[in-house]
Amino acid sequence: MRIAVCIKQVPDTTEVRMDPEKGTLVREGVESIVNPFDTYALEEGVRLKEAHGGEVVAVTMGPPQAEAALRECVSVGADEVVLVSDRAFAGSDTWATSYTLAAALKQVGFDLIICGKQAIDGDTAQVGPGMAVHLDLPQATYVRKVREVTAERLVVERLLEEGVEVMELPLPAMITVVKEINEPRLPSLKGKMRARKAEIRTITAGELDLPAGDLGLDGSPTRVMKIFAPAPREGGEVFEGEPEETTGKILSVLEKEGLV
Amino acid sequence: MELDYGLTEEQQMMKEVAREVAEKKLRPIAAEYDEKNEFPEELVSIFAESDLCGVYIPDEYGGSAGGTPTMNQCVVVEELSRACGGMSLAFAATGLGTLPIIISGSEEQKKKYLPDIAAGKRMAAFAITEANAGSDAAAVETVAVRDGDDYVLNGTKQWITNGGVADVYTVIAMTDKKKGARGASAFVVEKGTPGFEFGKKEDKLGIRASSTRELVFQDCRIPAENMLGKPGRGFMTAMGTFDASRPGVGAQAVGIAAGALDLAVNYSCTRRQFGKPVAANQGLGFMLADMAMRVEAARALVYATARFVDMKKGRATKYSAMSKCFASDMAMKVTVDAVQVFGGYGYMREYPVEKYMRDAKITQIYEGTNQIQRDEIAKALIKEAAGRSS
Amino acid sequence: MAKLRITDACTGCSACVKACPYDGIEVVEALARFNEKCNWCGTCREACPFEAIVEEQEPAAAGPAVDLAAYRDVWVFGEQRAGQLASVVFELVGEGRKLADARSQDLVVVVLGSGMEEACNALLADYPVDRVIYVEGGELETFEAEAYGKVFSSLVRERKPETVLAGATSAGRSFLSRVAVEVRTGLTADCTGLDVDDSGQLVQTRPAFGGNIMAQILCPNYRPQMSTVRPHVMKPPAAGSGKGGTLEKVVPDAANLASRAKILEFIAEVEDTINIAEADIIVSGGRGLGGPENFKLVEDLARALGGAVGSSRAAVDAGWKAYSHQVGQTGKTVCPKLYIACGISGAVQHLVGMQSSDVIVAINRDPDAPIFKIATYGIVGDLKEVVPMLTSKILARKGH
Repeated sequence: MRIAVCIKQVPDTTEVRMDPEKGTLVREGVESIVNPFDTYALEEGVRLKEAHGGEVVAVTMGPPQAEAALRECVSVGADEVVLVSDRAFAGSDTWATSYTLAAALKQVGFDLIICGKQAIDGDTAQVGPGMAVHLDLPQATYVRKVREVTAERLVVERLLEEGVEVMELPLPAMITVVKEINEPRLPSLKGKMRARKAEIRTITAGELDLPAGDLGLDGSPTRVMKIFAPAPREGGEVFEGEPEETTGKILSVLEKEGLV
Repeated sequence: MELDYGLTEEQQMMKEVAREVAEKKLRPIAAEYDEKNEFPEELVSIFAESDLCGVYIPDEYGGSAGGTPTMNQCVVVEELSRACGGMSLAFAATGLGTLPIIISGSEEQKKKYLPDIAAGKRMAAFAITEANAGSDAAAVETVAVRDGDDYVLNGTKQWITNGGVADVYTVIAMTDKKKGARGASAFVVEKGTPGFEFGKKEDKLGIRASSTRELVFQDCRIPAENMLGKPGRGFMTAMGTFDASRPGVGAQAVGIAAGALDLAVNYSCTRRQFGKPVAANQGLGFMLADMAMRVEAARALVYATARFVDMKKGRATKYSAMSKCFASDMAMKVTVDAVQVFGGYGYMREYPVEKYMRDAKITQIYEGTNQIQRDEIAKALIKEAAGRSS
Repeated sequence: MAKLRITDACTGCSACVKACPYDGIEVVEALARFNEKCNWCGTCREACPFEAIVEEQEPAAAGPAVDLAAYRDVWVFGEQRAGQLASVVFELVGEGRKLADARSQDLVVVVLGSGMEEACNALLADYPVDRVIYVEGGELETFEAEAYGKVFSSLVRERKPETVLAGATSAGRSFLSRVAVEVRTGLTADCTGLDVDDSGQLVQTRPAFGGNIMAQILCPNYRPQMSTVRPHVMKPPAAGSGKGGTLEKVVPDAANLASRAKILEFIAEVEDTINIAEADIIVSGGRGLGGPENFKLVEDLARALGGAVGSSRAAVDAGWKAYSHQVGQTGKTVCPKLYIACGISGAVQHLVGMQSSDVIVAINRDPDAPIFKIATYGIVGDLKEVVPMLTSKILARKGH
């Protein structure tokens, strides 16, 4: 079974902050990491391969530095890695990203595509389903467990707000996964050594042969107009006094907020 | 930024893998197993999956020593020890138990035992200490008597690290009492051999996650091929083992001290008294500075020694002893100071720093007490002087 | 954003380099230049003290890709489950009404389902909705992304709404992403703010980088402008504001109803081990608990509220709670609707993990504890008294 896992190299967003006075991003020493949800997707792909045979291809669309993220994928079990990279892709929103990645995936070939639920920088969760439409695939999002897999179909459990939905999809298909699905393995020494020597296949815009107007910034229907700092959190009301009194006050505000 | 000790790319990878294992797998469970005085069963698979078990084993037997086994082992043990000195010991003691096979084993013996150990499938332990034979290692009373194609072992080994959890034991036993120190031989005894039992798990001050038990041999029959090297060469094998393993103890001590130093520095920056972090007080700042200097100096000595051992240019005994003795004495001082930096919280079992102090103590005692180490160093110095003056 | 270029006002001061989140700009020989990591986000332009970074003139070809004037009305996706409209729908009606009024257009709620006629009429009776389009089909009774995507896309292509809103729920996000590609338009995820600007465009405000940054998004050249909206942010209008709107029933094209994925079963679940990162309510304990046995107070409160239990790093390091409960820089980042911090002082490393929570309640006996600076509500008191009392009051309110 050929499993394609889409990953993204992102800044570690817990460290990225805006300076509210200057209105600029503060990025001192922020590490680039593999998007955490994607590590779960990759682990699931590797486990399915180990159980059922086949290979795992990790694919990313990004600048040349994303190579480091691909090597990390090799160190935890990816067999092949592909970097989809070209200046022409810069500025892509989720439409252009899913369009470009879908074209690349057609060339890479797959039976199943696994994505993480969302990227922790964009936080949209839109690229997976977008690719599914470009590639005309059925989809299952928020997958927390793969119950069964054969050459023709997949049975999965989806984690929804009110409970769990069990779904069957024919292959080829696209799924996005949540963190409940597994515990990603740590890179082993042999894995790291493989990663160092791994060959990275690159796909450029020329090889995809897509209309320039549909790529990058030009192909993106949405535009970011402004980035600003969220209003800094301010302290609210502090209640002092007898517990009987203070807890009563808290209970009524919680009720007002609809939290009780 | 860390000082560059000239690690190769492979060693750098070993360090990164060990660090991740330490932070993500060992640190979260350290307090629990210390409290329970139990060996974490999951350690075996954790180490096996990391591929670190073979870093000191020659490549041709499935390891990744790459010609620098001692340095590799030190790098890994230091990183693991930052999270827990007890769990890192499970890893390091397997190395200790395997060294006699690497040093004195035949080709067949190496092929038989090393690959599984390198893959993390089997753990090892080294057994020399007895109730009456500690520093006086030559006073070993466990005997191995030749009987046909076998040897029969009788005797009790004391305080053996990885006792009960290891599969492969390298045991020093007397084959010819009349020859004294030249009458001991080294053997491999596998767990499950009839006549080989384990005593109770010891209740220790520190390194409590490590399994320390008695080995009891009662008419334990092993094939003669299980002898490592020639008869009477047991202590030579043991000395060679210690020369290679003592830098590892030094590395464990450096790791424990480094872990305690990190805790102390972080704590002193967040704990506020008199309206400022306690680190703002020069007295405390000086303590931290002294701790940091000690840790780095010990690290430099350990790595230089490890490199020297790997170069195989000559006997490393003096430097091995120095690296072990200096690093462990340093670790004891640094961890005691770390507790002091934490103040009252440092004395409380709920806080992680007192464990480092308890764990550090053993490094001054085992694999040759620091008194024995000083003895070795002094002897070596005198020998060198005598050599120059004649 | 647009492509940018660097003018000769650049002095090589490197303010742009420090501000760039992608390492996409560098200073070479005292002049800034973009490298291949740049993705035109424009942060450098804001950061430049000399205004030396300007937008590239857009080539004339880049203009509206569709006839913008042909699109009208604000649509709200009427998400439903088991015959009931989801609560987020009413929030979107409130917001959608404002947008429709600003554009002098209609507000339309689009419902896909089966047996929903009564709910649609009730909506029209009580809320300021101009029209409900109800696509009825047995296959649409339970949400499935592919079928819903095809049906909705076909309706969008036919009717050309200017704006489409859906709740940022698992359903809304997963199917509207498909629609955006099927009709080739822009979709903005998880919006927390919507406005109409002077040129009539929808300005979509949303968090990114885990809530550390806010971004304003436009969809200037494509229609419809689509957004999924974060639940519990917008306010529903008061009931009883019905306008006498009309119900239109639509029979879906059978070809659009066929979906390849099949739902086998649904298991309603209340998990014991809730993953705290996904919990709506979290009650956390810290060093101030004094000992592991007092975590029971935290657990009781969490259970009474139906929430998960979190922990500060100090309590995890001390071994009072497993690492999976740790909230903070080295633990999990959470963004629940309610975060109650018991005996947690509010060290920066903890705050980083929970400061985006909607409502923060802090209980601490130290009135100067930093956590009170960011808590929405606080109680100064002994948590050993306050927490159990709060728990019993809540249980009493819930009728236990």
